[in-house]
Amino acid sequence: MSGPPAHVAPLGGWSRWQRSWWYHAVVYAQTWRGSVAGAVLFPFLFLVAMGVGVGHLVAHHVGTVGGESYLDFLAPSLLATTAMQLGSDESLWPVLGAIKWVRTYHAAAATPLEPEDVFVGKLSWVLTRGLATSVIYTAVIGIFGALHSWWALTLPLVGGLVTVAFAAPLITWAARAQSDGPFVTYYRFATVPMFLFSATFYPVSAYPAALRPLVQIAPLYHGVALARAAASGHAQLGAIGAHVAVLAAMTVVGVVLGRRAMRRRLVD
Amino acid sequence: MSERGEGEAAVVVARGLTKRFGDFVAVRGIDVTVRAGESFGFLGPNGAGKTSTMRMVSAVSRPSGGELTIFGLDPRTRGPEIRARLGVVPQEDTLELELSVRWNLEIFGRYFDLPRALIRQRTQDLLEFVQLADRADSRVDDLSGGMRRRLTIARALINQPEILILDEPTTGLDPQARHLVWDRLYRLKREGVTLIITTHYMDEAEQLCDRLVVMDHGTIVAAGTPRELIDAHATREVVELRFDDDEGDLNTLRDGGRVARLGDLAERVEVLPDRVLLYVDDGDVVLSAVHGAGIVPASALVRRSSLEDVFLRLTGRTLVE
Repeated sequence: MSGPPAHVAPLGGWSRWQRSWWYHAVVYAQTWRGSVAGAVLFPFLFLVAMGVGVGHLVAHHVGTVGGESYLDFLAPSLLATTAMQLGSDESLWPVLGAIKWVRTYHAAAATPLEPEDVFVGKLSWVLTRGLATSVIYTAVIGIFGALHSWWALTLPLVGGLVTVAFAAPLITWAARAQSDGPFVTYYRFATVPMFLFSATFYPVSAYPAALRPLVQIAPLYHGVALARAAASGHAQLGAIGAHVAVLAAMTVVGVVLGRRAMRRRLVD
Repeated sequence: MSERGEGEAAVVVARGLTKRFGDFVAVRGIDVTVRAGESFGFLGPNGAGKTSTMRMVSAVSRPSGGELTIFGLDPRTRGPEIRARLGVVPQEDTLELELSVRWNLEIFGRYFDLPRALIRQRTQDLLEFVQLADRADSRVDDLSGGMRRRLTIARALINQPEILILDEPTTGLDPQARHLVWDRLYRLKREGVTLIITTHYMDEAEQLCDRLVVMDHGTIVAAGTPRELIDAHATREVVELRFDDDEGDLNTLRDGGRVARLGDLAERVEVLPDRVLLYVDDGDVVLSAVHGAGIVPASALVRRSSLEDVFLRLTGRTLVE
C-alpha cells in the first residue's frame, strides 16, 4: 500500500507529546473551578499567619534566623513545598485514574500517540503548572518584601524543578500501581514529614548533628535550600550545584523509568 | 475462506498471530485476512481471545509471535502511522466525563493533529450522524449509556478512518439503542469503511458481518459467512422444548430415556439447563412427532438455526452464560 491518504496527513504540525500536553491543558481549563483563586489566596494567608505573625514572635525572642528575618527565611520554603505538593497531587491519583478508572490514557494510546508521548505530555503539563504557580508565589513573596536579589527571578525555575523532581518518579509509580492505597501512606509518611522537617520552618542547624544527614537526604530539603538561595542571593556555588544535581537526578531517573512503565501499562 | 471481496486489497493480514501474557496464551497462532470494505467479525465468549486480537490489530498491543500487517505495514515499527488511519471503539467508552461532548471530539481531533477548523466542521457532521447534535454542549457525565456509545463511535471517526475497529459495540445497550448503533454502522459500511467487530451476540454478528471467525480458547474454530457457518455446523431448523415440571430436570430427562427417544427424531440433541434443542430439517414435522411420541413439553418453539447454534455445536457451550 502507498502512504496514508491526504486527509490523515499531519496538518497541525504539533509533535505527539505536545498534543498530550494540550489535552491536559484543556481538561484543566474546563475543570479548574477556583483553583487559581486558591493559588493566589493561600500564599497570602500563609505568609501573613506564619511569616508576619510567627515572624513577630521570632523577632522578639530570637532576633533573626541566620541574619534573615523569619519572613525572609520562611517565604521561599513555602514556594518549594507548594511545588512538591503540586508535583504529588497531579501525579498520583489523576494518573492512576486515567489508566485504570476512566481509561482515557488507553484512548490516547489508540491514536497516533505512543505511551511515551502520554508520559511526557503529562509531565510537561505538570511542569507548566509548577512554573505558573511559582510565578504567582514569587510575585506574592515579592509583595511581602521578602526578595533581596535579582536571583529571585530564578525562583519560578526552582519551583518548576522541584515540581518535576517529584512528578516524574510519582507518575512512574502511578503507572505501575494497581491500587491507590499506598498513595495515602506516601502522603502520611513522606509528604507530611518532608513538609515539616526539611528545614522548612527552622534551619537544619536546629537539629542535633546526628539527625542532620537524615534531613538532608529528603528531596524537599534541596528544593527549600535552592529557593532560599535564590530569594536571598546568598549561596555557595558548590551547594547550589549539589541541590540542583539531586533534583535533576530524580527527574531524569523518573523520566527514564516512567516512559517504560507507561508503555508496559498501556500496551500490554 | 469466502468468495466475497476476493478482489479487494487485504488491509489486515495475520499469520500464526500469537499473544502471550507470561505463561498464559491468550491468542494461539490465528490466521486472519480482512479485505478493504468488508465487515469482519470475531465471535466468541468472554475470554476467547477476541479483545487481545483486537488490541494487536489496533496496532496497540505487540504480537508475541507470528506475523501481522495492517495496510501492509508492520505495527511493531509503524504504529503511529497505522493508528492515524484507524478508528477504535473500545469495550469501555473511555470518554472524558467532565468535559462536554464537543470537547471530547476536539481533544481526539488534536490527537490526530487535525487543524481546529477542520475538527469543528467534522464535529458538527459527526454529531448529526450519531444524533447527538443537540447535546454538543452537554457534559458526558449527563449522557445515557447509548448516547455515550454513539459519542465514542463519533470520536473514533474524527480522523475519517479507513478501518473502524469495534470491541463489543452494543454490549449493555437497550434494544432501541442497539438498533441505532447498527444502523450507523451499516451506513459507514456503505461509505466504504472497513469494519472489524467483536461480539458475543449472535444477532449482532448476523446483522453486521459479511464474514466472521468463531474464536474459543484463543483459536479460530470456524470461519466463513454467517450463512456458510450455519449450513456447515447446524441444521436448517431448531425445535426448542421447555419442561417446567420436575421432568424437565436434566437427569429425569435422561433417566426417563426421553433424550434417547428425542434423539431418534432429530439429527442432534442439546440439553441446556433451561431447555432442550432438537436440530432438524423440518421443525413442524418433528414437533408433531414429539407430541406423537407422548412427550409433552410446557412450551415448544420452531425457529431457524442461528450462529448461537453454530457456537454451541463447535464449543459445547452457549455464548452468554
